[in-house]
Amino acid sequence: MSATSTSVNGNGKYKVIGTRPIRPDGVDKVTGRALYGIDMNLTGMLYGQILRSPHPHARIRGIDTSKAAALEGVRAVVTAKDLPPAGADEVISLVEGTFRLTHLRSNILAGDKVLYQGHSVAAVAATSLHIAEEALRLIEVDYEILPDVVDVVAAMQEDAPLLHDDLTTQEFGEDSGKKSNIASHIQFKLGDLEKGFAESDIIVEEEFNTASVHQGYIESHNATAEWKTDGQLTVWTSTQGAFGVQKQTAGILGIPVSKVKVVPMEIGGGFGGKIPVYLAPQAALLSKLTGRAVKIVMTRTDVFQSTGPTPASYVKVKLGADKTGKLLAAEANIAFAAGAFPGSPIGAGAVCVFSCYDIPNGLVNGYDVVLNKPRSAAYRAPGSTQVNFAVETLVDEIAEKLGMDPIEIRLLNAAEEGMRRVDGAVYPRIGCRETLEQARAHEHYQTPLTGPHRGRGIATGFWMNAGLKSTVTASVNEDGTVNLMEGSTDIGGSRASIAMQFAEVLGLPAEAINPMVGDTSSVGYTELTGGSRVTFATGWAAYEAANEVKRILITKAALYWEAKVEEVRFEDGDFIHASDPEKRLSFKELASHLVDLGGPVVGTGAVDPDSGVGGSFTTCLADVEVDPETGKVKILRFTMVQDAGTAIHPSYVEGQMQGGSAQGIGWALNEEYFYSEGRMKNASFLDYRMPTCLDLPMIETVIVEVPHPQHPFGVRGVGEASIVPPPAAIANAIYDAVGVRLRDLPMRPDRIFSACLEKQAATVAT
Amino acid sequence: MSRKLYVNTTINGEEIEFLCEPRQSLLEVLRDDLEMTGTKEGCNDGNCGACNVIMDGVLMNSCLVLAAEAQNRNISTIEGLATPQGLHPLQQKFLENASLQCGVCTPGFLMAAKSLLDHNPDPTEHEVRHWLAGNLCRCTGYDKIVRAVCDAADVVKETA
Repeated sequence: MSATSTSVNGNGKYKVIGTRPIRPDGVDKVTGRALYGIDMNLTGMLYGQILRSPHPHARIRGIDTSKAAALEGVRAVVTAKDLPPAGADEVISLVEGTFRLTHLRSNILAGDKVLYQGHSVAAVAATSLHIAEEALRLIEVDYEILPDVVDVVAAMQEDAPLLHDDLTTQEFGEDSGKKSNIASHIQFKLGDLEKGFAESDIIVEEEFNTASVHQGYIESHNATAEWKTDGQLTVWTSTQGAFGVQKQTAGILGIPVSKVKVVPMEIGGGFGGKIPVYLAPQAALLSKLTGRAVKIVMTRTDVFQSTGPTPASYVKVKLGADKTGKLLAAEANIAFAAGAFPGSPIGAGAVCVFSCYDIPNGLVNGYDVVLNKPRSAAYRAPGSTQVNFAVETLVDEIAEKLGMDPIEIRLLNAAEEGMRRVDGAVYPRIGCRETLEQARAHEHYQTPLTGPHRGRGIATGFWMNAGLKSTVTASVNEDGTVNLMEGSTDIGGSRASIAMQFAEVLGLPAEAINPMVGDTSSVGYTELTGGSRVTFATGWAAYEAANEVKRILITKAALYWEAKVEEVRFEDGDFIHASDPEKRLSFKELASHLVDLGGPVVGTGAVDPDSGVGGSFTTCLADVEVDPETGKVKILRFTMVQDAGTAIHPSYVEGQMQGGSAQGIGWALNEEYFYSEGRMKNASFLDYRMPTCLDLPMIETVIVEVPHPQHPFGVRGVGEASIVPPPAAIANAIYDAVGVRLRDLPMRPDRIFSACLEKQAATVAT
Repeated sequence: MSRKLYVNTTINGEEIEFLCEPRQSLLEVLRDDLEMTGTKEGCNDGNCGACNVIMDGVLMNSCLVLAAEAQNRNISTIEGLATPQGLHPLQQKFLENASLQCGVCTPGFLMAAKSLLDHNPDPTEHEVRHWLAGNLCRCTGYDKIVRAVCDAADVVKETA
């Protein structure tokens, strides 16, 4: 096995941070004991299923559920009519997206129209899954089929079929009053664009398109609900955020949040897709009608057709540079396919598009566009990958035209502290330059690539990272261990990274901390696991909780020695009597005396940090080989460099980098929602082709540590930025290999093959 | 409703009897009727490997096996991989290498890897990748999984 992982561990400052303990939930997950949402089983539980629209756009004239309801074993059928009357509309903001309550409601049970193939129309509860499936076939829906549109540029045209009668374009935040599928138009401006282009010696301008892709988590969406006669509803589900599910479910059902308890089960992947509710409200309604718990699990086809995809995009970018390669002007027009309801990450796309470079003059126009596809959801660095593909391809083209090294041109223009971004934000200390320098110095870059049809590409990416609310509660046990209740669902090892930050403060081994993920009734409000925020913000809450525990324990030690609090100090994990150094108690010793010292010691950290605008930068190197006979691309070697601020558990930082790389490679080469006549034709893992381990090499990682200026341990989120640059790096590598520029994702074999043929024909013609 | 079938089978060394409908898959009976939820469902059409079990020495997607076909078979699931004495080297190496993130594909990967080492105790990296190509993981990029399987093979060889 080649490939190594390198890191600059913890800057050498820490005892626990930077080490690699085994994750606390590990044994349960390798023995099959861990309980995921799909594993829920309650006494007398019924099985639910959802009837979904076969049409991309249709008016519902009527629904007849009588035959289904009459089937033996069927206990309840619900449609939109069974939802409580819509109350006041509300916009729910959940880290990487905003949700309008009326849209959420129409999405989980369609009202008068279905807006995409897979749109939920009715839900059934029965004594077995198979009976529920049979019942779906007995529901009769009278559809009036309407013209559909699934292409983002087509949906923006004046004569496009309109999805919503009441949707008018928000033009720079003001209602234009104009009916359109364009839900909003946003704009960022910096400097003098015309002047910038006028001063440029070289200008490149191209159009790019990316297909809808899915997060592809292996565990399907699920929800189990039990609505008891006392009005208390409990939901067990796989979610990135229990409090978000609580808010959405309560809002749709018109009940107070205090009546909804959400228990976050272990979650089988999310990547942004397990933030909206898709099943909990229907399961709750069915439970209320039947008096039984109801569990609904989506089929894989439902997952593809009804949840998730990240927006397809149309991106047009124009860049101008002087002879030295200094970028002087940049313009982008970006349209994101929001799906059936507004709310694509167009704002993030517009922020990220030129985020890696110091360009004095810029203009960005962004459009959020509805069309007949499932409501789009966040997907790892939502909105950044689409725009990065365009910009990083064009930067490569400028470098080529000027005869510059692709890393040199990026270093010349790299974003740095104090730079003003096109959206107006000014960067604090960031690690963009460092990732480029590490990539340049890496053995991968220093080793020449040889052989026919082989090429190397590089690209740099950015994600802005969130901070926001997190709560951690710590209770000291008499044996010197600590129970840590925290509110962030653990998707990729965050129990470990949170516990390690707690342990660091108190000089405890990581193994002495027992972290648990709380439900909405047992832990303070915590925003969802997303926005690369958990190790940053929930880790920060753990730091605060540990400091409170430390303060309380100092008073306990003073009590034990009958000394003044000021006489006790904490050093290297021990409590020490300042004037009598013989008196020294370890954390464990002091814990064993707590029962005689006034009882329980509990520390809480409840934080709402601003992560700032620094975010995390990545640079990746990709070596490819293109088969000229078929257009198939093989990844020969792949290296990801990321600024982690401080890597708490380096193995899980590498894991994020490797996982994001693999998703970026899939997005680049294979993955897409393939549409024909408004319908997705590849809604299975066989036909929606995610990378397998045979498609990938080892993914080399370099962790750069430029500490976050505010975080107590310098942590930057690392969850997302690694997905951003792979498509552009691979596109640049393909160009290096066979001399063709691909401007549409995915870069399928047929597209590469056709481009190679066109190039050959052009060469022959000249 | 169709009559239920009686099935007698061996799971993780224990003789087990159950009743099932003819249309039920082995995966469904394992998870919903026998409450062995360690075997996961990812796609229910044989394309992700999350439901891998070993039946009479052959690696299977249990979603593609009818429960009735389990009659007189010998089935190994994730619940039988560790012993009271400790974890299987594959499980241990998955933990040490941080080979899981969300962990939902992990039982399937472990059973597939177990089957690989049963057939080929000394696999190359390519052989590991080829054998595990029927298992999808969306979190890890496979790097740390492949390393863990190679590490575990070394341990199994030494202790054999």
